[in-house]
Amino acid sequence: MGRKILLEHIDVPGIQTLDVYRKMGGYNAVTKAIKNMSADEIVEEVKKSGLRGRGGAGFPTGMKWSFLDKKSDKPRYLVCNADESEPGTFKDRYLMEKLPHILIEGMICSSYALGANTSYIYVRGEMMYVIKILEKAIQEAYQAGFLGKNILGSDYSLDLYVQPGGGAYICGEETALLESLEGKRGNPRNKPPFPALWGLYGCPTVVNNVETIADVPWIINNGGEAYAGIGIGKSTGTKLISACGNINKPGVYEIELGISVEEFLNSDEYCGGIANGRKLKAVVAGGSSVPILPADLILTTANGEKRLMTYESLGDGGFVSGTMLGSGGFIVYDDQQCIVRNLWNFTRFYHHESCGQCSPCREGTGWMEKVLHRIENGHGKLSDIDLLVDVAKKIEGKTICPLGEAAAWPVASAIRHFRADFEEHVRNPDSCVKKHLHREMAHAH
Amino acid sequence: MSDQIKITIDGESIEVPKGTTILQAARMIGKNYPPAMCYYTPLKNTGGKCRVCLVKVAQASEANPRPMPKLVASCLTQAEHGMVVENESSPEVLEARNGVVEFLLINHPLDCPVCDQAGECDLQNLSFEHGRSETRYEEGRREFDKIDIGPFIQLHMTRCILCYRCVYLADQLTEKRVHGVINRGDVSEISTYIQNAIENDFSGNIIDVCPVGALTDKTYRFKQRVWFSKPFDAHRDCPKCTGKSVLWMKGQDIIRITSRKDKFGEVIDFICNECRFDHKEPHHWVIEGPRDMGEESVISANKYELPVVSPAVNVDAKFVSE
Amino acid sequence: MFSESRLNQINEIVKRYPEGRHKSALLPVLHLAQEDHGWLSIDTMNEVAGVLNLEPIEVYEVASFYTMFHLKPVGKYVLEVCRTGPCCTVGAEELVQYIEDKLHIQVGETTADGLFTLKTVECLAACGTGPVLQIGPEYKYRENLTPQKIDELIDELRAKG
Repeated sequence: MGRKILLEHIDVPGIQTLDVYRKMGGYNAVTKAIKNMSADEIVEEVKKSGLRGRGGAGFPTGMKWSFLDKKSDKPRYLVCNADESEPGTFKDRYLMEKLPHILIEGMICSSYALGANTSYIYVRGEMMYVIKILEKAIQEAYQAGFLGKNILGSDYSLDLYVQPGGGAYICGEETALLESLEGKRGNPRNKPPFPALWGLYGCPTVVNNVETIADVPWIINNGGEAYAGIGIGKSTGTKLISACGNINKPGVYEIELGISVEEFLNSDEYCGGIANGRKLKAVVAGGSSVPILPADLILTTANGEKRLMTYESLGDGGFVSGTMLGSGGFIVYDDQQCIVRNLWNFTRFYHHESCGQCSPCREGTGWMEKVLHRIENGHGKLSDIDLLVDVAKKIEGKTICPLGEAAAWPVASAIRHFRADFEEHVRNPDSCVKKHLHREMAHAH
Repeated sequence: MSDQIKITIDGESIEVPKGTTILQAARMIGKNYPPAMCYYTPLKNTGGKCRVCLVKVAQASEANPRPMPKLVASCLTQAEHGMVVENESSPEVLEARNGVVEFLLINHPLDCPVCDQAGECDLQNLSFEHGRSETRYEEGRREFDKIDIGPFIQLHMTRCILCYRCVYLADQLTEKRVHGVINRGDVSEISTYIQNAIENDFSGNIIDVCPVGALTDKTYRFKQRVWFSKPFDAHRDCPKCTGKSVLWMKGQDIIRITSRKDKFGEVIDFICNECRFDHKEPHHWVIEGPRDMGEESVISANKYELPVVSPAVNVDAKFVSE
Repeated sequence: MFSESRLNQINEIVKRYPEGRHKSALLPVLHLAQEDHGWLSIDTMNEVAGVLNLEPIEVYEVASFYTMFHLKPVGKYVLEVCRTGPCCTVGAEELVQYIEDKLHIQVGETTADGLFTLKTVECLAACGTGPVLQIGPEYKYRENLTPQKIDELIDELRAKG
């Protein structure tokens, strides 16, 4: 059994309540932080831990924290990104639903470390029931004196609020999230300036993912070095992986970074192997935005090394033969799944979720979707395949925010690794088109 | 450190005040500066959206000689001391720009022959420089109905490239904004959402800041191809604005009135609706003389006849002018 | 019109943000308005603008950006089925067709009795328990769906009326 930092007490009855959570050692980190540690000491421990942003980008958290403009006389804010919407990812919802207090404890410790006196948890609006769970937990924390004025008799005060989104994947991008929190359309901002200097209401702000913040109490309790002792190299600690698709045991798993992809996929502790005795065709290892890899390349790198569940090993080979750990959304495809149809589905997603602010993404995502829709429906041409690669290339790196890359990478990688499937769709549409679906799923909204 | 910094763009160096953007520095150099479809100097917060001004930063600064990893929007990126920028000298930049222009055109109706903006359209100019001779886009094009927003302005959303300039203008120049961007993605549109007129003293300026033919002057609709009319600088005493305008004449008739723009196509002084729409008689104005549209503008062609010294010896010149 | 208790609730929400940043309350208040009316009419949005001291266009801009807000009337129960990749690997597309056939409506339509609207939505962060749908206006999740579970759900909601 791997070490559990976040999910150790997940099965304890009543762990959603503050009382039970405290009995399991909950909120000890708040006491330790506020009574025994300075803000800078906490930042130092987080730096030592090697913790990296768990939302997808994997940026070192301690470094992000140290960029926060502390010279400014404006208030500082910590905003938790709970807008989990990356297809294939459902770990944050699970964590907030089952263990709301671990996030709140993390928010208090992190806010204290950053000198924030007001903090927000931005939860995607669709998770209205999770918002209610969090609000109840926050109320308990106020009553217990962990939130509000003069926490635990110190001179540190913190107010914590939950903010609902309204249905927009783009608000998972940190500056779009801040715009949305300001009551605006979720249009990402041009950067620089980064939120550390110009964030919420133009004030210095840190935006961190749910899982990232939930890791902080353990780091405070056990020290950054202990955290760094788990994992391999620059992939320290544990990571929640959301596993879905054609596997025997879909679900959220906490893994020690560094176990092999093969173990994760086949061991009964995790995915439990491919469902229905079928064969593995491909894996999208870090949420829909990261490059898809065929079975051989997900299990071993191009150099023949065992692929590990780490930022570095999954990235090995770059975009030619590698992928990314991303958000840890692990989507498994068996040999009955159609790569073309799946790609069309993903491009429809990005087309639907583009904010429309900058031209390459606004126009390019729709273009890719329409071409793929044609191919998937038996009206493609061979030249369409190279057209898609070119359109993807003209979006990538040209947009205001990373949605451009998120839309382009799946297209580029699917064609790179499964070109024959696309050609087959063009040459023999009758054998490929999903015939039993007599109607297309209409566009939402 | 001095307030002046040195930046090099396509091999030409210039000293500019700290805080100057790459685009502004390039404009100061004065040739081959990046195009801009959304950025607009007189309007705060514009820029960054259209992506046609992307450039390559080959060296971030003297202190940090590394290149920037991605192309950057020159309209928003500040120049640093020792920064080295590649604009038209970079094949990567040109390829990206061609790509952006293609994106801007795939859903554009390409109805220049019946568009009042033709001849003074930034998108038309851009596609002339960076467009393809034939489209690779075979899918259906986006269409919207034309909407009259008040008695003077028509919104032809199908032509819009979503630069947001008209929205910022309404925010910054007028009392109450009634139009904005609704919906999202490629079905975003400039709209009042409900039937509504954009009516205030300065609303006509949204026509002038629109880089394409999405917002046009209804009083000028189909009156004339712009290159067949003659622009004159003129002014009048106006209690609301500077009154400094351009009269677009056909013979003795004023067929349109606009604000004056600088050589980058940006309005110098916003004019009020009274000047723009209510004073179409030449005697309302003090006419200063022909407006210089710059050599490159199609409007300059076939405009003012060359002084005819002697028809007999000047046949060629007359030919040129026709 | 917002009830007095709603107005009090809105006042409390506005207090979460610094002075002058009341626009931040827009999304939470739009959710409340939709809870009251089922959808957001122009009148409702204008009322929200009035309560939060915003221009109406600011409300239209925001409401039309976010997919959760219904700008047209919907049925009493809005069935929003996830249509994104992972759910499709476990049969979401077939399930949508099953619901369409069962309710005799297509995606985007409302049943004649005004009880159900069927929509498809993008990823609901329930990929491990797909196919999944959520039922507005309370946004409860129903996971690991099968045709049989859909039958039960429809019966249950019809019985509730």
